[in-house]
Amino acid sequence: MFQIRIHGRGGQGVVTAAEMLSIAAFREGRHAQAFPSFGSERTGAPVVAFCRLDDKEIRLREPVLAPDALIIQDPTLLHQVDVFGGLQRDGYVLINTSRSFEQLGVGEFARGLRAERLCTVPATELALKHLGRPVPSAALLGGFAAVSGRISLDSVAAAIREKFEGKVAEGNVAAASAAYDYVKNEMREAQHAQAD
Amino acid sequence: MLKQIEGSQAVAEAVALCRPEVICAYPISPQTHIVEGLGERVKSGALAKCEFINVESEFAAMSVAIGASAAGARAYTATASQGLLYMAEAVFNASGLGLPIVMTVANRAIGAPINIWNDHSDAMSQRDCGWIQLFAENNQEALDLHIQAFRLGEELSLPVMVCMDGFILTHAYERVDIPTQEQVDAWLPPYEPRQVLDPAEPVSIGAMVGPEAFMEVRYLAHAKQMRALELIPAWAGEFREAFGRDSGGLLHTYRTDDAQMVVVALGSVLGTIKDTVDELRRDGMKIGVLGITCFRPWPIAAVRAALAHAKRVVVVEKSLAVGLGGIVSSNVRTSFTGSPDTVHTVIAGLGGRSITRAALARVFTAALADKLEPVTFLDLDRALVERALAREREQRRSGPIAENILRDLGVVAARPH
Amino acid sequence: MPFQPVKFYQTGTFTVGNRLLAEDERSVQSNMQRTNSLNSGHRACQGCGEALGARYAIDAAMQATNRQLIAANATGCLEVFSTPYPETSWQIPWIHSLFGNTASVATGIAAAMRVKGRSDVRVVAQGGDGGTTDIGFGCLSGMFERNDDVLYICYDNGAYMNTGVQRSSATPPAARTATTMAVGAEPGNVFGQGKDLPAIAMAHGIPYVATATVAELRDLEAKVRRSMGFRGARYLHIFVPCPLGWGHASQDTIRIARLAKETGVFPVFEAENGEVVSVSKIRRKVPVEDYLRPQKRFAHLFGNPPRADVIGRIQETADRNIRRFGLLDAQGAKP
Repeated sequence: MFQIRIHGRGGQGVVTAAEMLSIAAFREGRHAQAFPSFGSERTGAPVVAFCRLDDKEIRLREPVLAPDALIIQDPTLLHQVDVFGGLQRDGYVLINTSRSFEQLGVGEFARGLRAERLCTVPATELALKHLGRPVPSAALLGGFAAVSGRISLDSVAAAIREKFEGKVAEGNVAAASAAYDYVKNEMREAQHAQAD
Repeated sequence: MLKQIEGSQAVAEAVALCRPEVICAYPISPQTHIVEGLGERVKSGALAKCEFINVESEFAAMSVAIGASAAGARAYTATASQGLLYMAEAVFNASGLGLPIVMTVANRAIGAPINIWNDHSDAMSQRDCGWIQLFAENNQEALDLHIQAFRLGEELSLPVMVCMDGFILTHAYERVDIPTQEQVDAWLPPYEPRQVLDPAEPVSIGAMVGPEAFMEVRYLAHAKQMRALELIPAWAGEFREAFGRDSGGLLHTYRTDDAQMVVVALGSVLGTIKDTVDELRRDGMKIGVLGITCFRPWPIAAVRAALAHAKRVVVVEKSLAVGLGGIVSSNVRTSFTGSPDTVHTVIAGLGGRSITRAALARVFTAALADKLEPVTFLDLDRALVERALAREREQRRSGPIAENILRDLGVVAARPH
Repeated sequence: MPFQPVKFYQTGTFTVGNRLLAEDERSVQSNMQRTNSLNSGHRACQGCGEALGARYAIDAAMQATNRQLIAANATGCLEVFSTPYPETSWQIPWIHSLFGNTASVATGIAAAMRVKGRSDVRVVAQGGDGGTTDIGFGCLSGMFERNDDVLYICYDNGAYMNTGVQRSSATPPAARTATTMAVGAEPGNVFGQGKDLPAIAMAHGIPYVATATVAELRDLEAKVRRSMGFRGARYLHIFVPCPLGWGHASQDTIRIARLAKETGVFPVFEAENGEVVSVSKIRRKVPVEDYLRPQKRFAHLFGNPPRADVIGRIQETADRNIRRFGLLDAQGAKP
């Protein structure tokens, strides 16, 4: 089983991201479970959503306490909420930011993890550019596909098109692709830097 | 057809396939997505020959369903928590009148304190109202139970409550198999009422019954539920043949054949319990799981049979009989032939508190080692409780309990002294 | 020769017979083919205004709907005395669910008829004042707001009669009830409270609202018939004296109802879409004392000394009604 935890704020599409991730996995013939942990509708409040992927039926219902991957849609949560709680040593971390882990103040923490699995992507900027709205969730899924390799970009695109229509869908797909490319590029550069 | 959708949407699709004629509902978290889904289907015409009525309260919702059902229409509504309580008078009225209304209860805690998250206190508060109560373990079973519920209720002339855990199931995306309209039509014939308001054949429904006949009328309600005990497993078998899967029935057992200890529970927590049990089995513990699907009528004989070889029973329940202990465990005791001391009550998950494998493993291990109390509150923060009790001992004007606890937890900003 | 208006009116009942009228103009009750929907044998008190009103209203509704009628009934006197186990007086499909949900039950029945393509079948909801203005208020307002195709009839006898004459929001000021006893500084029900249900119904903008009394039964029948010509939410508020609860002689039910109208205490009118379209004029204005005196529930106003202040306030209210609704023309004002 592969467990993902997504952190963000109400209005940023955190729950939708988890749902789309589960749809993408479904399209690849896998079992997937996505569910939120939140309360009454309120923009701006911290929101967590979970997604589990497996090749057999998923029975577990507890929150994702030991995530294999973290997607952080809003870096202002980093020092407000325990976003890294339970993260596995081999875990993937994708943060929506144009800054580095160091600049965000979590460089120390990141040193205990596998560097090639830690990525940042300016998803909000990409969303603004391709979609016209500062909603980073779909873009981040593209980034996640790139960093983890657990889901294909095509499946992510298909999931986006199931959730959205017309220009919004295409904008999100474009943002996801751009994020995918960005992260792949970032991973390549990190590898070259290590090799040097 | 396989789909990856939200539990609420799966239920909306299933209900729509059952050709409901009158849908009336009042919004309450976490049931809203179900009725929104149905409302949209009616408005767009996708669900034809159906009236969707936006009512002004849950009491009105059940009352509209009563009128519609009495007039011969297949009626459906959905609610949770406070809404179920608000319609309580009408809930009893519906079963007393013998109207086969189907209602989804998206299980949610009852206030005060107000809490929108999942537990079973709402359904449990109505456990003796005369409705059939079914609990879904996952979203597949949730949608399947609705399809079974309409036929069951109409056959018995009894209303049926289909319970599914709020947020945990209603708002979870998972893979479900949605039947075709043909499959559902073959399973569920048009509603043939036993009594109906019809100008061509006038009847009076709802007369007062005095001491001379009330006992008999109530006995008949009980007898109907006893009949349900036979129908439910029989039809679960038919459902398996028609739809190809094991949904519904009175209960499901998991690894109970050689189990020395059986864990009993209702609803979605069964999934987590099964994963925990698999882990403990790897460590050599002989432990199994009994999932109760039909809570009312209580399958006394089936539960007894399932627990026959167990030396110890641990009931994990999301409900509390305040002043007594467990609600489900009290029901289990009526079936358990061993010493009542070996039925443990574990109150868990109240108000949406997460139930984790780790916590469950701890209590199951303690139970097997004879170290579990008769009644345990899972993951209770004893320090928090002690602080609240100490506060009350110290001063009379100790303040609202909930606010004080939240302040202790640091959730509410501390009051300056 | 100067033209003078001449007024004829009968002081006795003119509800039955009417042999001077053409058959199709006669009352429903005078017709041998009437449905007797509320059949004899019910257990109402002698002189019960509600039984009288219901019999007229439902038979008129049956005629107006070609006998395609379903009724929902609130808990209350009408429900209790019409269905004493194991009998029923109702000759029509009838359901009693709860005290406060009658309007919603009726909504459900109407929805079922619509979905089954039986738009010819009409729905009537019935309740007393308690079940309508108090505990049934929420459901009633919901039915009005949705404009559901239901005629709601309120039989207003100004208190919770079946449970022993307790005060409701329809109880008039100064009236004695079991929970507004005639003791203390302000004996009886206090002033400054109460609900005007016909006005509230009108405020919902529903197609048809009307008031009627059991003193003018043909008018009542005509209003029921008229209401069935509309689709959507309709409200009929019928003033029904209760000999037991009001403490008047059982043979005076119709007379008391007539006095309520002729004093201005109970305005009789019709409204459509929130606006008054017709009023039933007072034939000969009568002081409120004549209405209050025969009822023991107002006996404390006529002690030694009489409560002229209270009677005066009641008279003011009646006069205000007369002004607001234009209930008097020049003729009626003459004694």
